[in-house]
Amino acid sequence: MSIDKDDVQKIAHLARLTLTEEDADKYQHSLSSVLTLVEEMQSINTDGVLPLSNPLEMTQRLREDVVTEDNQRDNFLANAPQSEAGLFLVPKVID
Amino acid sequence: MFEQNISSLAKQLRDKDISSVELTQYFLKRIADLDPQLNSYITVSEQQALQQAAAADALIQSGQGSSLAGIPIAHKDLFCTQGTLTTCGSKMLNNFIPPYESTVTSRIQQAGAVMLGKTNMDEFAMGSSNENSFYGAVKNPWNTDTVPGGSSGGSAAAIAAGLAIAATGTDTGGSIRQPASFCGITGLKPTYGRVSRFGMIAYASSLDQGGPMAKSAEDCAHLLQAMAGFDEKDSTSSETATEDYIGNLNAPLTGLKIGLPKEYFGDGLDPKIADTIMAAVKEFEALGATVKEVSLPNLKLSIPSYYVIAPSEASSNLSRFDGVRFGHRCDDPKDLLDMYMRTRAEGFGEEVQKRIMVGTYALSEGYYDAYYLKAQKIRRLIKDDFTSALSEVDVIMGPVAPTTAFNIGSKTNDPVAMYLEDIYTLSVNLAGIPAMSVPAGFVDGMPVGLQIMGNYFAEAKLLNIAHQYQQNTDWHLQSPSMAEGV
Repeated sequence: MSIDKDDVQKIAHLARLTLTEEDADKYQHSLSSVLTLVEEMQSINTDGVLPLSNPLEMTQRLREDVVTEDNQRDNFLANAPQSEAGLFLVPKVID
Repeated sequence: MFEQNISSLAKQLRDKDISSVELTQYFLKRIADLDPQLNSYITVSEQQALQQAAAADALIQSGQGSSLAGIPIAHKDLFCTQGTLTTCGSKMLNNFIPPYESTVTSRIQQAGAVMLGKTNMDEFAMGSSNENSFYGAVKNPWNTDTVPGGSSGGSAAAIAAGLAIAATGTDTGGSIRQPASFCGITGLKPTYGRVSRFGMIAYASSLDQGGPMAKSAEDCAHLLQAMAGFDEKDSTSSETATEDYIGNLNAPLTGLKIGLPKEYFGDGLDPKIADTIMAAVKEFEALGATVKEVSLPNLKLSIPSYYVIAPSEASSNLSRFDGVRFGHRCDDPKDLLDMYMRTRAEGFGEEVQKRIMVGTYALSEGYYDAYYLKAQKIRRLIKDDFTSALSEVDVIMGPVAPTTAFNIGSKTNDPVAMYLEDIYTLSVNLAGIPAMSVPAGFVDGMPVGLQIMGNYFAEAKLLNIAHQYQQNTDWHLQSPSMAEGV
């Protein structure tokens, strides 16, 4: 299975990755080879087989809806690329 | 001193023959002298290690502390360590100081162990050679032209070279077992859910599992005893009780039933490795085990199934790296979208970008059923193969990898060839069962690991089997000549 360069740019956009023309060439080749590798699955009959998402087939554990963590705003903001007045700062979103 | 085991060092610490501060200084000096040849550490936390060692000495003095008290170990740089840089091998996290501690490192710290530093790894644990690290490739101490394996290659190389007594690793598709095999050490990937994933930077959440790496099964048992157990902070943590991993090491192997899957000994396996594995199996027969052939007919499908499921989960997990709250951010973003797209293109390396895109494609509209759902159905077939084989035998044995450590750079241009290297390890993660790599000999001077796979929560059994083998062989006691070079 091979994909073209437009497909690569479309996937990259969905994945929020900027690709140069050169990158797109490179990934067109490597993504196609991975997709060819996984193509082998399609020849296998899996009618009636249930998908397995957790190897132990556990169900989600629930807990009481109570506060379990202290406020650690300053700790978390310490890693922020930019912050101001106790908030994460990002480029302008709404004009 | 670097070749001693945890039990012996713990005794010397208690008998005051040596202090933890002295032991820690000794390892810090070895790292300073030898690691420039290997690049196995990303961060060496010297000051903190010496403080922890002094605290461990006080703990031991007061008659407290577990067998790990005062023992210098290392952590894969994927476990969040509060206040200590945690990069996950990526430029994306080259400035990330976690505000919290992972459950695994916290438990090991509470047991009194000393953290020497954080070990190198393939970026976000994606790789089988440790060549995908932003912090440079790691070299194999047995031959520095070759790779140590991956993704826990830094941990494996550090242990083999005597730059830590033991280390943590993580295994999503073989990332503990394959580097353990390539570097001639012992490593255990526990049952999915046995060891908490809280504070482990996620790659593929339904496959990721942390585990111990050390010279011997006995040392792995000491580490697992501290690591394993239920954690309410991990939503997939198992409530199954842990076992006495150390106390079970000496059970006799009489009557042990070993299965050899015929699919593990077919095309692609280096015949000299096959001979090495069969010699190890003979050793088990001498210890009272019986051997029969079993079949894992869907083994080959583990590669496509894994390379859909793991990238899909990765594409979701790695969406958190967006330049907003932590990690790398590009310069002068013109708007939010530009910030996301350039931050991620700059912060992630090639292999990571590729897997994110494979996963994005597999999960995109119109392809979900054909890729992700299909891969999950095949995952069940693989699990059923193991369940069926393990109803006939106690454990399954085979090689860890089809070759010994390959040369640095020899497979970087052919990613699919690199993926095929994982043929014997991926299926274990898909099924969620535990498995070990145990040193079983050498081919052309390079170590070969025997893989031992067991049923769910059979960690004590696997460690027992490996320990009995190690009581009768000395492959795990061999050290590369560079380790002697101080």
